[in-house]
Amino acid sequence: MVGWVLIGLLVFWLVVNVIKEPGEFFNVALIGLTNGAVYGLVALGYTLVYGILQLINFAHGDVFALSGLFASTVIISLFGLDESSGVLVIVGGMLATLVIVMVLFSGVNALIELVAYRRLRHAPRLAPLITAVGMSFIVQNVSLAIYDVNYRDVPNFIPRTDVFSIAGVHYTWNKLAVLMITIPVLALLTWFVTSTRQGKAMRAVAQDPEASAIVGVNVNRTISVTFAIAGALAGSAGIVYLLQFNMRYDTGFELGLIAFTAAVLGGIGNLSGAVLGALVIGFIQAFNEGLSWNAPGSDWTRSIVFGLLILILVFRPEGLLGERTPEGA
Amino acid sequence: MKARADRLLALAPKRARMLALPLALIVLAVFYPSYVESLRGITVVGDFVPSLGSMVVMIVFTMMAVGLNIVVGYAGLLDLGYVAFYAAGAYTSAWFASQHFEDVSFHFGAVGVRSDLPGIHLSIWLILILAGLFTLAVGIIIGLPTLRLRGDYLAIVTLGFGEIIPQFVRNADDLGGFDLTHGTFGISPIDAPGFGTTLSDVLGLPASYQQSFDKVKLFYLTALVLLLFTVFCSVRLRDSKLGRAWVAIREDETAAAAMGVPLMRTKTWSYALGAFFGGIAGAFYASFKSGAFPSDFYFNISIFLLCMVILGGMGSVWGVLLGGMILGYLNVEGLATIGTKLNEGGINFDPTKYQFGIYGAIVVLMMLFRPTGLIPERRHKREMEEGVHDQPLYDSTHE
Repeated sequence: MVGWVLIGLLVFWLVVNVIKEPGEFFNVALIGLTNGAVYGLVALGYTLVYGILQLINFAHGDVFALSGLFASTVIISLFGLDESSGVLVIVGGMLATLVIVMVLFSGVNALIELVAYRRLRHAPRLAPLITAVGMSFIVQNVSLAIYDVNYRDVPNFIPRTDVFSIAGVHYTWNKLAVLMITIPVLALLTWFVTSTRQGKAMRAVAQDPEASAIVGVNVNRTISVTFAIAGALAGSAGIVYLLQFNMRYDTGFELGLIAFTAAVLGGIGNLSGAVLGALVIGFIQAFNEGLSWNAPGSDWTRSIVFGLLILILVFRPEGLLGERTPEGA
Repeated sequence: MKARADRLLALAPKRARMLALPLALIVLAVFYPSYVESLRGITVVGDFVPSLGSMVVMIVFTMMAVGLNIVVGYAGLLDLGYVAFYAAGAYTSAWFASQHFEDVSFHFGAVGVRSDLPGIHLSIWLILILAGLFTLAVGIIIGLPTLRLRGDYLAIVTLGFGEIIPQFVRNADDLGGFDLTHGTFGISPIDAPGFGTTLSDVLGLPASYQQSFDKVKLFYLTALVLLLFTVFCSVRLRDSKLGRAWVAIREDETAAAAMGVPLMRTKTWSYALGAFFGGIAGAFYASFKSGAFPSDFYFNISIFLLCMVILGGMGSVWGVLLGGMILGYLNVEGLATIGTKLNEGGINFDPTKYQFGIYGAIVVLMMLFRPTGLIPERRHKREMEEGVHDQPLYDSTHE
């Protein structure tokens, strides 16, 4: 009941904003869509790992930040992409960067699992969770050691000019590039999880590790593969984030929490739920920060996102698309 | 009756042995101010001895760690937002012992404050109690809706609160025109404690810490008393009916519920009592620093406190004391001292920059190689070795 009133108020607020400033509203919505795509890539990493281990991998956000920083090095120092590069060089360079970063960070993430979590398979649940918090700080400090405290960005080699512009609504190339990377990555992931033997094994282990071991699934390898995929997704997220914003060693902490919220919102363990939740959070954040009529503003973004997280966990722990879990019962 | 007396008598030597070490440590701690300067005078070694001011900070954080231990160690509820209670305590001090609320002028038992100063000025001793109760209430409010959740969901919700409260504090300088927290500037100065002239004349207690020559020493001794109070309560709570219920929940929630332990009430109490001590520590620390600033209350503090508990040993009061003092020392002075020494030795490495990486590494290493901590609690050790019947993380080869 209260929930419906809140949703009603939210819709009313959005409608008033659309009527007052339609151009602004749709511009902000496009920002939300782009950010939502980035959150989605990170949120998938959380949800994949949670689905298979029931572990909140706190280090995931920091792996994302490290991958983004590393991608900036690859783009600047290895390929030297900048505004003057030709289209073919840019496309080729981006593809190569994607491959390098995704492969490297799938390895990094699998290594984290091997070193930090594998030994704790039979420990009480609190143990790996605390270890994950510790790993998060370790990875963050690795970024700090390599890249120091300065913000890093890449040249605007993908122009920030308009793809189209209708009635004051602008859609820029760098925003489009985010979707051009995100959508194929998501398609690849869907294909992998639904259509390959390894994907099938992942779903089996997520449902029941013991039973899958009985029927011959190599549980340890499947868990490693899951972490590797999560790492690759974080790598791609790091690159698309870099196309829009600058980042530094601690960017991953807050973004990781937002992405985790997105995963919970969608129903943790549920892949399409993570993407849906990420888009919702992306829109909420963009509307909160961009709309001019009665928006609380960026000072409150964190409170709103976490307030939402708490509300979901308390009232609908299974999320938008998830199933009821014992944790939330 | 006689049998009982005999049994107690038989236990007496054992009890005396058990009490000897704590008593010796207390005596050493009480006289620390009188020999700290000579210790610091020793060459090389002396550089690593913490000053009295650092000791106050170390004790305050250890006190919070002992409070957090009630939640994490006894009841097994992972709280990643303990900093919220610290903030609540600190701002209680800030509201009731400063000139923040300029429109009112209310004085009650405050010492060292001119009576014509605006704002609310209560006695710090009263504020410590108020802060404890206020934080306890905050703990209940946060706890009631969230404690139904298990394990990692609870962790993430407390983390959420730990993030929201500092942001609220930062932004609450204009709540519909009302300035609650003075935003990013924080609230300062905050009054210092004291016993007033009457008590000072009769009992020889210091009239006002602020106007005393031994200000830091007085703060140190007060912190020590507060820490001892916390430890005492913590030990008594552990051995109480409530404490046994916490351990039962930690080991197996379902079995505990089946045996008639009221889950929600018991968990909420652990949360509220853990918060209580965090609030007192926060209020005292704000008075010591003479200010409450939102930049003090960030997520890393929660992790830092958790790290103390893990290092010492979850559920073990003595362990947490040790872990708290070690990490507190590293945080306040140790890492900086080590950095200076390294620099003098020609190695250009600044450990303070990587302090949270170091704490993170300590947490991971402890969890992997000594999950029961430096001074393990007996029962918790057995849990770790034999496993608990709570849902394991992912158990594919066992059983």
